Amino acid sequence: MSGIHVSTTINGDPVEFVCQPGETLLDVLRDRLRLTGSKDGCGTGDCGACSVTVDGRLVCSCLVLGAEAEGREVTTIEGLADGENLHPLQSKFIEHAALQCGICTPGFLVAAKALLDRNSNPTEEEIRFALAGNLCRCTGYDKIVRAVSAAATEVRKQEGRKQRRSF
Amino acid sequence: MNDRNTDTGIGAAVLRKEDRRFITGFGRYTDDINEVGQCHAVFLRSPYARADIGEIDVSAPLEMDGVIAILTGRDMAADGLGDLPCGWSVKSKDGSDMISAPHPPLASERVNYVGEPYGVVLAETRQAARDAAEAVATDFGELEAVVVLKTATSSEAIHEAVPQNRCYLWELGDEQATDAAFQNAAHVVTLELTNNRIIPNAIEPRAALATHNPASDEITLYTTSQNPHLARLILSAFVGLSPEHKLRLIAPDVGGGFGSKIFVYPEETTVAWAARRIARPVKWAADRSESFLTDAHGRDHLSRVELALDADGQFLGLRVRTTANLGAYLSLFAASVPTYLYGTLLAGQYRTPAIHVEVEGVYTNTVPVDAVRGAGRPEATYVVERIVEVAARQLGIDPVELRRRNMIQPDQFPYQTPVALVYDTGNYQASLDRALDAIDYGGFPARRAASEAAGKKRGLGFACYIEACGLAPSQLAISLGAGVGLYESGEVRVNPTGSVTVFTGSHSHGQGHETTFAQIVSDRLGVPFDDVEVVHGDTGRVEFGLGTYGSRSVAVGGSALVVAADKVIAKGKLIAAHMLKADPAAIDFESGEFSVRDSNQSLSFGEVAFAAYVPADYPEDLEPGLSEKAFYDPENFTFPAGTHIAEVEIDPQTGVTEVVAFVAVDDFGEVINPMIVEGQVHGGIAQGIGQALLEHGVYDDQGQLITGSYMDYCMPRADDLPDFDVDTTITPCTHNPLGVKGCGEAGAIGSPAAVMNAITDALGTEEITMPATSEKVWRICRGD
Ligand code: FES
Ligand code: FES
Repeated sequence: MSGIHVSTTINGDPVEFVCQPGETLLDVLRDRLRLTGSKDGCGTGDCGACSVTVDGRLVCSCLVLGAEAEGREVTTIEGLADGENLHPLQSKFIEHAALQCGICTPGFLVAAKALLDRNSNPTEEEIRFALAGNLCRCTGYDKIVRAVSAAATEVRKQEGRKQRRSF
Repeated sequence: MNDRNTDTGIGAAVLRKEDRRFITGFGRYTDDINEVGQCHAVFLRSPYARADIGEIDVSAPLEMDGVIAILTGRDMAADGLGDLPCGWSVKSKDGSDMISAPHPPLASERVNYVGEPYGVVLAETRQAARDAAEAVATDFGELEAVVVLKTATSSEAIHEAVPQNRCYLWELGDEQATDAAFQNAAHVVTLELTNNRIIPNAIEPRAALATHNPASDEITLYTTSQNPHLARLILSAFVGLSPEHKLRLIAPDVGGGFGSKIFVYPEETTVAWAARRIARPVKWAADRSESFLTDAHGRDHLSRVELALDADGQFLGLRVRTTANLGAYLSLFAASVPTYLYGTLLAGQYRTPAIHVEVEGVYTNTVPVDAVRGAGRPEATYVVERIVEVAARQLGIDPVELRRRNMIQPDQFPYQTPVALVYDTGNYQASLDRALDAIDYGGFPARRAASEAAGKKRGLGFACYIEACGLAPSQLAISLGAGVGLYESGEVRVNPTGSVTVFTGSHSHGQGHETTFAQIVSDRLGVPFDDVEVVHGDTGRVEFGLGTYGSRSVAVGGSALVVAADKVIAKGKLIAAHMLKADPAAIDFESGEFSVRDSNQSLSFGEVAFAAYVPADYPEDLEPGLSEKAFYDPENFTFPAGTHIAEVEIDPQTGVTEVVAFVAVDDFGEVINPMIVEGQVHGGIAQGIGQALLEHGVYDDQGQLITGSYMDYCMPRADDLPDFDVDTTITPCTHNPLGVKGCGEAGAIGSPAAVMNAITDALGTEEITMPATSEKVWRICRGD
């Protein structure tokens, strides 16, 4: 079987890879690019552990083909922090102890980031619905919801600061 | 506790050391690790619940691209690998031993559950291995399967050696005294209960990566284990895979266990064996269907419960008859879960003077059933707390009042129950009172009325649970049937610069030991929290360990570290005495400083550590180095207990049950890190609510698992659960140096009974089994 050559952008960096037609984006990220932050919890779109964004849209990378990344911008958990500076979601996950074993955490962070990008002032109910595609077996979600809510407040503060600076 | 450590010492809500790697995507789980030259394993699995294995034709798949080898159970048997053992033995009431059916890692003659592995394909890629596995042609002679628990003992025998499919008929308690109690009773309350089968579903599927080094003949196995040392011991001593010193197990970051990663499974065993056979690193990661089909399931009990009461509502006797599904083979802890971890807890928080329980452990053609979070104790709590609630309803006594009348009083400890255990301490009334305040019990009638006015039904349910944790006092465990003592080991190694590396035989797969154990050691030694590193999960670095389950890590593993740290201090005093030319008896240690009493002479911890490793003028009787280890054997179990209260609202139009409030007040003894403890309770409650409302592992009558995916097995999601209101009361454990009891399972133990008591309260009927799905509830509301 001949491979498919794909040019794409991952976490802001141009990346090229060759993959098989049937290979998922998750397999490409984990096995070819060694970006193992995205996890394989089911392979069927049910657990959200593999969440990434493609052109800003939240997807289960286990349900996207690697070849579909051609010409797109893919963001994974590895691209969430800005160098050493954690994203507010990451800091709040630590402060609120929103993780235990950590296997679901990359998926939750990516999904929560996608929520805050659309709605930086979500209600608790909106957070719970937005994260209902992600399974966590450890935390019971309570602390995750609190962390996302606290991160939203932080993000709004930062946006406010940015806006004030630009006046 | 010293000044410097108030932010990070025992009792402080220290943020977790381990989290930075997880939130940035740099956790290192088994499936994230790759070896040069690795190939991939895909298992040949039985499509039938019971069948004879005939000819296995591998000629076509062996020719396929990328296929390296196909090995079967027959190859494994020819290599002389032994069976997977059960670590606990149970005696039947007639004195005979339980009957253990042989459990080869790969089946060679007969398969006994759907998904049972009988071979493995090894190929360059996972896809090639999958394709080849599908091309293997196996002749199966299908046999009638035994699937239904209720009729299993009257069905054909699954294993030749096991007549009536009965592994044991075990009893505990005084049958005569219990019969007498029932004869004198003013009231007898009876209940039939089903404890539904659940599937553990850690979000990280099991995985293994094995490498054989031909030069040293050492096998290194990365694996998703809660107890790598125990797994190594079994693989070496029982399965005969490889001598222990030629086998290294590493359980790196592990993505949740909940019991399911305690056991030694066929797949991990096979991967290690195959790596040596084909002289290539071999990797396997379960897909989710494999997790559903082959991770040991939990619970699955049928019980008949009778409670005898006098005219005042005092409990006189409890009689329990349980049939427990063990699955097709006895998994590692399977025999103990429905017996020692269940029957011994049937006194609950009460003074019931006579208890008799009989448990029939039964084989069926389903995947093995073993410990899942709580393991036996949720089942016991379900039995006790459901019957107590029903008794209150039938006698017209307030359920809180009935419990209070029967609770063990704070001044009655130590308390000998009629079912073998001695509770060391507790104050059940204190957690009950706190929980009643938190839920606003007095306001419930008004809330119920408001719900009714809105066309809804509201109910409140209690569970006053107790559990036995801190597995286990070795003498007691062995007298109960454990194969080995259950110590835990710890080592506190002070480095020459004064930083500390801690080695523990406990294993963290979400519990946060890297933080909690660092708090314990830093607090004890007075060294900064950041200078303490915790190492676990590697048989090549940690001497020994029995791992993490049964809420034992802090109570047993943490206690071992305290003992080791105290030995470090004792040795440090000798060193300091030598350096300061003082009498060792005159050396005090506090806040990380060794000082000569009544003088201004002192040495810092770092100065002593440095001198310990590079001494110039040591006396002969002092050995250089500052590293100490300890094995800790608890004197008794610990007994966490508490009250959980669930408040539910049901919409009769849709049958949807909303848990509107959940209060948990637990007594875990002393708490090392309240933030981590709170998280443990949350997670347990979520699993318990999942069991009560959503989760159910179902086999059809052919033995096919029909809940084998997330579309069919309903996991609790963020929009299914409420915020949790959790709090603790404290009676310190009397027999370990930290006063801790353990917190990992309580949430899952109390919550199913609390939720079901609330639902039956709302519906006004006891005729509903877990999970109380919206369909069941809706049918009841319609009067179907
Ligand atoms: S792995 Fe993609 S949703 Fe579970
Ligand atoms: S933290 Fe373990 S599954 Fe979410």
